[in-house]
Amino acid sequence: MSRNTTDKTGIVAAQAALPAKISRTAYNAQKKRRSLMIASASTLTVVALIYVLVPLAPGWERVKNSFFNWEVLVRTFPKLLDAFLIDVMIFAWCAPAIAIWGLVIALCRDARSPALFPLRVFATVYNDVFRGVPVILVIYLIGFGIPGLGLSRTWSNPYIWGSLALILSYSAYVAEVYRAGIESIHESQRSAAKSLGLSHWHTMRHVILPQAIRRVVPANMNNFISLQKDVALVSFIGPVELLRQAGVEKSLLANFTPYVGAAIIFLSVTIPATRFADHLIARQNRERG
Amino acid sequence: MRPQPKIELNDVRKSFGDLEVIKGVNLSVHRGELVCLIGSSGSGKSTLLRCLNLLEPIDEGEILLDGYDISHPMLDPQPIRQRIGLVFQSFNLFPHMNAFENVMLAPRLNKKISRAVLTPKIEALFERFELKDRMTHYPDQLSGGQQQRVAIVRAMAMEPEIMLFDEITSALDPELVSEVLDVVRQLKSEGMTLVLATHEMNFARDAADKVCFLDKGVIVEEGTPDQIFQNPSEPRTRAFLRSVL
Repeated sequence: MSRNTTDKTGIVAAQAALPAKISRTAYNAQKKRRSLMIASASTLTVVALIYVLVPLAPGWERVKNSFFNWEVLVRTFPKLLDAFLIDVMIFAWCAPAIAIWGLVIALCRDARSPALFPLRVFATVYNDVFRGVPVILVIYLIGFGIPGLGLSRTWSNPYIWGSLALILSYSAYVAEVYRAGIESIHESQRSAAKSLGLSHWHTMRHVILPQAIRRVVPANMNNFISLQKDVALVSFIGPVELLRQAGVEKSLLANFTPYVGAAIIFLSVTIPATRFADHLIARQNRERG
Repeated sequence: MRPQPKIELNDVRKSFGDLEVIKGVNLSVHRGELVCLIGSSGSGKSTLLRCLNLLEPIDEGEILLDGYDISHPMLDPQPIRQRIGLVFQSFNLFPHMNAFENVMLAPRLNKKISRAVLTPKIEALFERFELKDRMTHYPDQLSGGQQQRVAIVRAMAMEPEIMLFDEITSALDPELVSEVLDVVRQLKSEGMTLVLATHEMNFARDAADKVCFLDKGVIVEEGTPDQIFQNPSEPRTRAFLRSVL
């Protein structure tokens, strides 16, 4: 009776029911094996269900033929890859421009002196506008609007204006990431730099920015991964890059498989890049933890 | 007639919002003197040092350096800060630079001296403070005591006329305190003018020329270490010393 009243949580009774002695490592290994088995079994079940159930849908044969047609894929894939080079090219010149212009905007937003107030207003309005308007709309407005001014032939090139639109849009996002990085640097670093007699600009350039930019590399990676696929939007004003090429092939062959091919190509770049960004974030968390 | 003080504070006041943290402080520090500010946390020691370095603008009063008012609001604080070194409780080294780069940054940018000219000077500075073997280490590879010594070297690289120390041993493990205080002693023996906010009462007693007890934003009592520690005249000083000794 007295035992019952002291054992309110039932721990004494529970302990009595346990086997006498067990190796902890053996027990943990056993637990790990068990979780692995459960995970594999549930994954297999889901895959099997999809494999069995989807073909039961009434339109499956039609979908399979027009979206997952092996011959069409093999025939169009080399051309898609060629077209993808254009995406890579546009990305290659936009990315550094965005990294730089985004930094300029971030610095303008951070300007403290009253003489630079107009810059601050400009950067704030800039960010509001370009983060608030869909990228595709910016591409249309700039891509059709500026050449409409009647520029010479060399300047009415959709590559130039499409790229400019991407740069303007993405810089707004990248600037916000930089700004978060700048604000994450502890005030004591500024104090230390100031106490040594460094100017505001020197403090920014040599003390704050190097730390801030490093800190936001993973976050910015995500921006550049989504830029990587948004490059395809430039096709809406002309350039025949991957998405547009897939559209052409689709029309020629009356088959949607080229779109799936295009998706595969984009994924083959974005998935490794995303994993790499995750890896960087995890490493940073470990270092800071 | 004593010589002109190196630094002199006349009725300095400083508020943060409605909270007045420095309520009329008068203090003079002479060339080569070591002055210790003691008092409990929140007594205004740190704020006073930050005001001296012009990190915080004062609201009233004046701060004279060699007789010139450096607290005048129309003065550019940047060149004045270069003449007054400040070392922080939390070291505040720049984590992305190694010890050598931390030290070289300010003279290189402020005095526009080339790396080639600076390098031997800075190496000599590391030699002088026995840190030569730590020059290429990054802050996270150094012990707290070493980091703080590098921070002192960094401030010294600007060749300041006064050094301010804001509780520089408070963040250190006890066994690392003495190596940092030894550097302060070394600076004193070299003739540097020093102002320390500190909780190291033994150090203040042994090394200071003058000890000031601060409470609630005023200097309640100041005098030689003997006066303050053996024979304090103010009841508040006595109470504080009883609580810490």
